[in-house]
Amino acid sequence: MSEIAKSEKAIDMIGVNKWYGSLQVLKGINLNVARGEHIVLCGPSGSGKSTLIRCINHLEEIQEGTIFVNGTQLSQSGANADHIRRDVGMVFQQFNLFPHLTVLENCMLAQRRVRKVSVAEAREKAMRHLERVHIAEQALKYPAQLSGGQQQRVAIARALCMDPKIMLFDEPTSALDPEMVKEVLDTMISLADDGITMICVTHEMGFARAVAHRVIFMDRGEIIESAEPAAFFGNPSHERTRAFLSQILDH
Amino acid sequence: MNYTFDFSPVLAAWPTLLEGVIGTLRMSSLSMVFGLSLGIVFMLMRLSNQKVLRIIAIGYIELIRNTPILVQVFFVFFGMPAIGIRLSGEQAAILAMTLNCAAYAAEIVRGGVQSIRPGQIEAGRALGMHTADIYRFIVFRPAIRAVYPALCSQFILMMLNSSLVSSVSAEELTYFAQTLDSQTFRSFEIYLTLGVIYLVLSQFFSAALSMIGRVYFSYPAK
Ligand SMILES: Nc1ncnc2c1ncn2[C@@H]1O[C@H](COP(=O)(O)OP(=O)(O)OP(=O)(O)O)[C@@H](O)[C@H]1O
Ligand SMILES: [Mg+2]
Repeated sequence: MSEIAKSEKAIDMIGVNKWYGSLQVLKGINLNVARGEHIVLCGPSGSGKSTLIRCINHLEEIQEGTIFVNGTQLSQSGANADHIRRDVGMVFQQFNLFPHLTVLENCMLAQRRVRKVSVAEAREKAMRHLERVHIAEQALKYPAQLSGGQQQRVAIARALCMDPKIMLFDEPTSALDPEMVKEVLDTMISLADDGITMICVTHEMGFARAVAHRVIFMDRGEIIESAEPAAFFGNPSHERTRAFLSQILDH
Repeated sequence: MNYTFDFSPVLAAWPTLLEGVIGTLRMSSLSMVFGLSLGIVFMLMRLSNQKVLRIIAIGYIELIRNTPILVQVFFVFFGMPAIGIRLSGEQAAILAMTLNCAAYAAEIVRGGVQSIRPGQIEAGRALGMHTADIYRFIVFRPAIRAVYPALCSQFILMMLNSSLVSSVSAEELTYFAQTLDSQTFRSFEIYLTLGVIYLVLSQFFSAALSMIGRVYFSYPAK
């Protein structure tokens, strides 16, 4: 596990409240993530995990509270969302690769349109990251021609091509067949080893033990527990955490 | 019945008919391209979050889809000179067909755009892309692919409807056929031949459009 510099904040969420209509899905969220820190976020379905990480790159709006990303405050209207998103990569449960573009083009599009780099430079960087996730030989294939695990590794490479300082993962292995989970987790572990800041929604507790500095448990829109993996799994302090852990560790 | 069939005046007039075929192809193709482009503009207005734009688009689409195309052609050719816009038969024909095609294309393409999973747009946003770029580079191609068969039938329908613009002397196939009829009175032979030509034309359009589709949408589907 890499060392983290506690003094520098990558993400700071202060008193964040969010509603869908009358349903409050985030309740007084205070979350502080240091640069290089790896956080695993878990909790029952509907507890607000996706909503929480999607607020960080403003895919969701918040109604109350403040969010700082690398020291920049995210404006409520989302006016500086594009600016924030330059530093924040996201990987989705459903991969969300662009079906009409090859693997290589998937990795080049945003570099070209957002970073405005040359074709040669974009291709070079795309190939570098595809090699890193061990999929360079598939560069000219289309997403539909790849397995789920391969698609998810491409999605990780695509995000890395934007040089993010923070990576958000929303259940990156939940849509995968069991035999493909490992290849994606291994990719994420190697990313973690390189010291990138990472928030990962997952129920892969082996992954949490291997790379997380902190495991956070959410329930009904609230952060219930936040602890180092050893303490979190060995001696959870809340009843709800214990109940949840016994459920997911059972199978 | 003692009518003797005689196709020779029709066959003798083949250069005129060919000119008509070319006229039909020209006007239909231009109207398709312009109509699809304008249709995409109306579709974007229809999906915009600006209420005024939405209302204008909906009003336009409803107006066009609930009035006869012949009335639209007459309005452009005979009506618009009153406000100082005087067009030749062919110009009026292309304008009227473009305006007509745009309304239908807008609705068809909207169906395609709405079939795109929100995750695609979110992926673009998460990569920091602007809305315009997201539509242009991420949404557009899969959206058109999803509705391409419907779009093609609309185009073919419009090619067939182009026979109506003969009524404002746009020099296309039906116009020449009518001229020929008034000279030879071989109505049966002329309109039977005309029908066959339209049949061949629509087969041709259909084949050409599906070839374009195979090239442009060659990526494998999920
Ligand atoms: N667009 C939406 N409109 C209304 N309610 C929503 C919307 N998105 C999510 N919700 C609700 O917000 C709550 C939190 O949803 P969220 O997706 O963040 O949960 P989650 O912890 O990620 O769950 P899961 O493990 O199933 O992915 C749920 O009750 C959900 O029904
Ligand atoms: Mg979720």
